Amino acid sequence: MALRILCCVKRVPSPGSRINLTDDGTAVDATHLGFTTSPHEECAVEEAVVLAEHEGGTVTVLTLGPPESVEQLRYAASVGADELVLVATDGAPWDPQRTAAALAEAIKRLETDQETFDLILFGNESADSGGFQVGVRVANALQRPMVNGIKRIELNFDGDGPGSVSARRAVDDGFEVYELPLPAILGVKEGINLPRYPTMRGRLASKKLEISSWEGEAAPGGQALVRLRRPVEQTSTTTILGNSAAAAPAVVDLLEELGVFDR
Amino acid sequence: MTVLVLLEHDRGELAEAARQALNAARPLAEELGVPVHGVLVGEDAAPLAQTAADFGAEVVHVATHELLSDYGPDAWAETTRQLGDALDADVVLSVGSDRGNEVMAHLAARSGLPFVANCSRIAPNLGPWSITRIQWGGSLLEDVTLAAPRKIVTIAHHAAAATPVHPDCRAVDLRLERFEPELDESVAVTMIRGRDGQRRGSTLSTAPVVIGGGRGVGSADGFSVLEELAELLQGRVGCSRAATNNGWRPHSDQVGQTGTRISPDVYIAAGISGAIQHWVGAMAAKKIVAINTDPDANMVAKADYAVIADLHEVLPAISEEIRRRRDA
Ligand SMILES: Cc1cc2nc3c(=O)[nH]c(=O)nc-3n(C[C@H](O)[C@H](O)[C@H](O)COP(=O)(O)OP(=O)(O)OC[C@H]3O[C@@H](n4cnc5c(N)ncnc54)[C@H](O)[C@@H]3O)c2cc1C
Repeated sequence: MALRILCCVKRVPSPGSRINLTDDGTAVDATHLGFTTSPHEECAVEEAVVLAEHEGGTVTVLTLGPPESVEQLRYAASVGADELVLVATDGAPWDPQRTAAALAEAIKRLETDQETFDLILFGNESADSGGFQVGVRVANALQRPMVNGIKRIELNFDGDGPGSVSARRAVDDGFEVYELPLPAILGVKEGINLPRYPTMRGRLASKKLEISSWEGEAAPGGQALVRLRRPVEQTSTTTILGNSAAAAPAVVDLLEELGVFDR
Repeated sequence: MTVLVLLEHDRGELAEAARQALNAARPLAEELGVPVHGVLVGEDAAPLAQTAADFGAEVVHVATHELLSDYGPDAWAETTRQLGDALDADVVLSVGSDRGNEVMAHLAARSGLPFVANCSRIAPNLGPWSITRIQWGGSLLEDVTLAAPRKIVTIAHHAAAATPVHPDCRAVDLRLERFEPELDESVAVTMIRGRDGQRRGSTLSTAPVVIGGGRGVGSADGFSVLEELAELLQGRVGCSRAATNNGWRPHSDQVGQTGTRISPDVYIAAGISGAIQHWVGAMAAKKIVAINTDPDANMVAKADYAVIADLHEVLPAISEEIRRRRDA
């Protein structure tokens, strides 16, 4: 039986040295910014594609966000995803309860048309809002087991197909090992793999892939955004120690002064 | 009516996060005029009750059940949920560590309540509470309101220092209570089944000296000049995501929002532009030295010291100078 894997990803802005905010302070000013897939989720897609390549199966990528999120779906297709689904919002940020409710509904809908997903992957947390809960809430709504922070995934097969998944979470002194019966949900962390870059062929193919899409609908939860603010930055003056290799003695003087020279 | 603190531990060893959580809970409980209670999940954690009391838990609940043999998000969350109900807790709080955020998310999902992760400020009100939380790993703050009969929150890691209430003497009256949750096998599905791998030497997060390299290093081989300096200073090599994505360094070396947060005495950042996602991982360094060809790089602007030059010339010269002085 072919493996079915779903990845839930989020479109996030890609700020460089500073985050600018819109005048009303309710969003990141993205006028001059590119967008990207949250890094943990980029790794989730790579992991799903590798598993599907090895075991035979399909990868569906689902995102909830503004219509522009098709850019992230197409990117996922260019690195190997087979099916793309957009649950469209008006672009205003949704709170975690609302997001999870709409995603759980979407997954139920996808599973009535086709079979249950053996494995659903989320990122450990989204790069921007970092709520640390959407995957867990979806798991709860679907009554499936979920663990977060996963850096290694191995599928275990029984007679008829994939039966369970071994998932490892990195901790200070090694790995914690979890064993979940399928269908299961995992939150993965960057570092689980090194995501591939799209090939030209992948890019071309991704443009032709059809995207299923509908408007998301769910009631707001109990956490409501008031405004975003930049933290107060300590302004520092930088002491320039030199403009060439001739600065080396000054750097070593500094290391001595800071007490890290004598080791 | 209580502030209930989930006391994080691993097989009976108290996590620093538990102390931080109690520290954050005390002023909040005072403002609400309710006591701080702590919960330790699992019999093996019972010996930690005294420390919890020293750090301000007026009552420590030790939750015991044959299924509570190790960590598991469902088991811990369901136990905490039942205790929160029994105590009619106003707040259930922990620190935003991997486990803290995971258990609180499960607790909130099971309770059908909101959960606000990584708070840096909590202001109770009669109506919805005003809370500030961190986004982008700390590069941005978000003010939110939270409306819920029970507030489920985590405190941003390191937002609260860990100091005992009674620095010299132990808390006099430790009130320890047993709590037996009703659990069934379903919560055991997500329990830890085993452990493997080993502790590496000095980890990046605690290394006293870190030499970081970014895209400016140019190649995997290019890192040899960083390795050399790190060895001389008994430090560790770190890197930016650009270096990881190019396959030059393993992800375990990555400093930043989706990598490791470092707090060395000195961080030498070579060929790293200083994007916010890198900066949040590096900003706890006591002193930062940037080595960059671009005087306008953000890393240069934010560093304490900088050398505006090619890292491939500067780093070997520093190593050479260290050897020269040591030989002298
Ligand atoms: C959600 C999200 C999470 C992220 N998480 C992380 C993270 O955890 N960690 C992280 O690092 N990044 C992270 N990033 C990526 C981050 O935005 C930057 O893209 C990345 O940090 C850039 O790496 P860099 O500074 O090495 O490369 P660049 O920005 O390309 O900078 C290279 C620098 O090297 C200098 N240089 C070039 N040649 C030389 C030379 N010979 N000598 C000296 N200097 C030289 C250049 O002047 C430039 O300043 C994340 C991004 C996103 C969107």
